Amino acid sequence: MWWTNVKRIIKYGSVGFIRNSFVSLSTILVMTVTLFVIGSLIFIGAVLNNTLNQVRNKVDINVYFVTTANEGNILSLKKSIEALAEVSSVEYVSREQALSEFRKRHANDQLTLQALDELNENPLGASLSIRAKETSQYEGIATFLENDVAVSAGKEPIIEKINFFQNKVAIDRLTRIIDSSKKFGIAIIIFLLVSSIMITFNTIRLAIYTSRDEISVMKLVGAGNSYVRGPFVFEGVLYGVVAGVITLILFYPLTLWLGPVTEGFFNDINIFQYYLDNFGQIFLIIMGTGILLGATSSYLAVRRYLKV
Amino acid sequence: MIYFDNVSKIYNGNEPALQDITLSVEQSEFVSIVGHSGAGKTTLLKMLLVEDSPTSGSIFFESANIHNLSREELNKLRRRIGMVFQDFRLISNKTAYENIAFAMEAAGRSEEEISTDVPYVLDLVDLGDKIWNFPRELSGGEQQRVAIARAIVNQPDVVIADEPTGNLDPVSTFDIVQILKKINDLGTTVLLATHNKGVIDSLGRRVITMDGGRIIRDDKTGQYAL
Repeated sequence: MWWTNVKRIIKYGSVGFIRNSFVSLSTILVMTVTLFVIGSLIFIGAVLNNTLNQVRNKVDINVYFVTTANEGNILSLKKSIEALAEVSSVEYVSREQALSEFRKRHANDQLTLQALDELNENPLGASLSIRAKETSQYEGIATFLENDVAVSAGKEPIIEKINFFQNKVAIDRLTRIIDSSKKFGIAIIIFLLVSSIMITFNTIRLAIYTSRDEISVMKLVGAGNSYVRGPFVFEGVLYGVVAGVITLILFYPLTLWLGPVTEGFFNDINIFQYYLDNFGQIFLIIMGTGILLGATSSYLAVRRYLKV
Repeated sequence: MIYFDNVSKIYNGNEPALQDITLSVEQSEFVSIVGHSGAGKTTLLKMLLVEDSPTSGSIFFESANIHNLSREELNKLRRRIGMVFQDFRLISNKTAYENIAFAMEAAGRSEEEISTDVPYVLDLVDLGDKIWNFPRELSGGEQQRVAIARAIVNQPDVVIADEPTGNLDPVSTFDIVQILKKINDLGTTVLLATHNKGVIDSLGRRVITMDGGRIIRDDKTGQYAL
């Protein structure tokens, strides 16, 4: 009995889907737009996140030490910096490394290399490059270093300069941009999501409005609520599945075309590659949203005509 | 079998649509309800189908007060009543076969029963050759015959016909009345609301005359008396 009902619901849902082909088509188109918006938000989010991360990774604090600084002192300073909660990594570049990097960088510049060779001594000091977890935390780290310098003021200073104070303005501005672009992004996402969901809901409601007489007839011949509702909900699920498949297919050529563009512009993220790598997740989100949207919209739309 | 006990219905403080209706209908009776538009015929039938509830009084089907039924019991009750409307009310995107099959499916019948009973009732109303036509491809009389087939396919105890011939030409009207008579001869109670004098006079069965929401006459073998 239960199984027979399920079979009938599926049958009538599919038959209704095919017979009201024009209504189905327009509902699917509207739903495709909604799912497309949601999908695009996923891609935009990925590109934005990636770009922000890249910019963030370019920000660091460099502490340059005087050439006479004792390596042991530097390493102990490194340890105490690493102990800070805000710090994500500290990289030590010794004097020798600094020199070899310098040589590598100027490999084609014989004049500079000759000048360097004239010196009997390595003129470069060691350095620490410090990365914070959040851009807003650089300020705190810089203050810590400054205090440390103040504490060791009595002794011979080992820190030559801290470049944070030179970059402070840029870092502050970047922090603000990241913060506001996050807020702005969330606001836009919510707006687009809510409006497209409402449009889809309304379209399905109109589609079911045309069936309101049928629904009352079904009730009058003694059909139960869930039996009347079933085919409509199934039809809603079909709308979601078809719209989801169309959306996923549309994204293939689109990301393929946009992939090289994004790679060149935002460097390092190719959205086509991103699409392929995260296909499972995107598939679930798009399909899940489509099915859920179709089913709930139909469920709610039929409910108002069931009160006979 | 059906008993109206002092039923009144008032819509939003207007004149009462039904006033102190007390009425009983026996098993296998053929009862015609006549009256002008607005006399309360349709309201009376709606009460019986629980499409609307009375302002006061109660209505019994066998021993059950039908306005106190649970949703599930109400669905069961509706499957024991076959309903025919003036405007046919077929489901427009289902074929004649599917329209009738739907009523059987709603009653939880099996596929085998459906595939034998639907052609049988369509033959009974003389539409055996229009099984796969959609309502829009049928004439008014044919649509009404499909609606009657749908009403009787679950072998209901009562068939309620609300102005079934209101939209039909005389020939179709005659056909419909013959079918209703045949149904009644097979033992089903029939309630027919109409204002067609010819129909009433040709039937020669019980006639209840309504006016202004009241029953003004109840004749065992009545004539149209308005």
